[in-house]
Amino acid sequence: MNPLIPEKLNSRFPGVVEKSDEFRGDLVINVGREKIVDVCRFLRDDQDLAFDLVVDLCGVDMYRPEKRFEVVYHLYSLKNKNYLRLKVGLDEEDPTISSVTGVWSGANWLEREAYDMFGITFTDHPDLRRMYMPEDYEYYPLRKDFPLMGVPDSIPLPQK
Amino acid sequence: MPARTAEDSHKSQILTALEDQDTSIILDPLESEMILNMGPQHPATHGVLRILVRLDGETIIGCVPELGYLHRGYEKIAENCTYHEFIPHTDRLDYLSPLSNNVAYALAVEKLVGIEVPRRAQYIRVLCCEMARIASHLVAVGTMAMDVGALTALLWTFRERENLMDIYDVLTGARFTTSYTRIGGLSQDWTDRCTEMLREFLAKFDADLAEIEQLLYTNKIFIDRCENVGYISKEDAISLGMTGPILRAAGVPRDLRKDNPYLVYPELDFEVITFTESDALARFYVRMEEMKQSARILRQALDKLPTGPINANDTKRVLPKKERTYTRMEELIHDFMLINLGVDPPVGEVYQGTESSKGEFGFYIISDGTGQPWRMKIRSPSMVNLSAIPVMAKGAMVSDIVVIIGSIDPVMGEADK
Repeated sequence: MNPLIPEKLNSRFPGVVEKSDEFRGDLVINVGREKIVDVCRFLRDDQDLAFDLVVDLCGVDMYRPEKRFEVVYHLYSLKNKNYLRLKVGLDEEDPTISSVTGVWSGANWLEREAYDMFGITFTDHPDLRRMYMPEDYEYYPLRKDFPLMGVPDSIPLPQK
Repeated sequence: MPARTAEDSHKSQILTALEDQDTSIILDPLESEMILNMGPQHPATHGVLRILVRLDGETIIGCVPELGYLHRGYEKIAENCTYHEFIPHTDRLDYLSPLSNNVAYALAVEKLVGIEVPRRAQYIRVLCCEMARIASHLVAVGTMAMDVGALTALLWTFRERENLMDIYDVLTGARFTTSYTRIGGLSQDWTDRCTEMLREFLAKFDADLAEIEQLLYTNKIFIDRCENVGYISKEDAISLGMTGPILRAAGVPRDLRKDNPYLVYPELDFEVITFTESDALARFYVRMEEMKQSARILRQALDKLPTGPINANDTKRVLPKKERTYTRMEELIHDFMLINLGVDPPVGEVYQGTESSKGEFGFYIISDGTGQPWRMKIRSPSMVNLSAIPVMAKGAMVSDIVVIIGSIDPVMGEADK
């Protein structure tokens, strides 16, 4: 079953699969960001694949010159009982990707979390607000250049 | 409808006639909507959840949950400590079932590093997970009953839970912050005293559950408050990424212990409980029945518990016994290296999900080959499950929202990370 998924994706969307890999039994597929919504919809609607559950969605800061950020989708098929990991690389200058909220409504809060923590913008998201941090917070805490101890005075304290 | 309009205008004529300088009559008090702020400090929100509710009279038009009041940045902390150092932090995620968090984390790191723990340790981990599930579900059913006014059930469930806490105490040395697992094994062995205490607990657990059932299942107030409240369709539940009792109450038999087995669950016999009503009452029933299944697993695991070591035989990556580090050179070196530099995993990334009491609880770890993870994502079931509140609460009464939160059973330590 597993090696068929990248093949199937490539035959449906030629050239969309950049890399596919397997480590400790987890299948990873790197795809381009342009077609992410179409790819996700195809993965969900295809009768054989049927990835109908979005288990997890998160951002990653790889801290490298090219494709600094990554958005990682963990999908699950209730029918086949298997996982799939999709990865999309984003450049630092333009960390923008289309939202998959239209495919799985559960992606809503997970995308908000990735926006909150990494500053990745999800276009067409219905409600792209900060998930955990205050709305007027200027920094993105899970980026590697954000210090562990936080930034002094970044959250205003009560006046005397 | 002209007849009704005539009647209405007649009524309003009478009412306007009653107005004077001291009395003013508003004909439709419900025409204006009201925003109600619930929480973050509200006893029924099970922690620090804040919900903004838009009301028309007592009917909920829409609501927006706000999270983040307990955000401690565990994912950032994880990037800055070794794999062993993060184990105590996992206790503080879902603080109602610390033992199963410990197990979930250890499984994820072991999958990354490539260690298989001995069978005895796997059985003890199953015992831990199921004790944690019972303890967590007891709180869930007790607090949900309390939220609708049945206080006795809460006292009874906490009495049962206390027995499990005593077992935790003997097994791990702590009642709540257990930090029990280690990478490649466990901190302490299961003892005969634990077996004795657990058998004692299981011997009367079914009767105690039946007592709670007797109290609630025939209670008209309880049933009326929970039935048809917080309905979510099966399609919505799947699309929203629900897991655990909420998804099973919607009729989807998804249980990672059966579907993507880990530990020794394939050797144990149990059923996946599903209901189709998908309301608060169905979720309550799912939790009650799951506790019976967990008790069944505990009995089998106790019977089958093998003898043998509890730590994997991999001295370079599994912490040695503390006593041996005082007297032996090799163990001292390994202890020093593991504590200061951490286990050396390969470059790679893994995701390991486990079926916790709330749903799918998983860790996604990206390793760059050093002793600290490059990135760790915690897949917390409570956070995803909470995102269903707007769907469940739409059109419900304002008093139903406490039932809906109770039926989701969120733990904010895990939802806010």
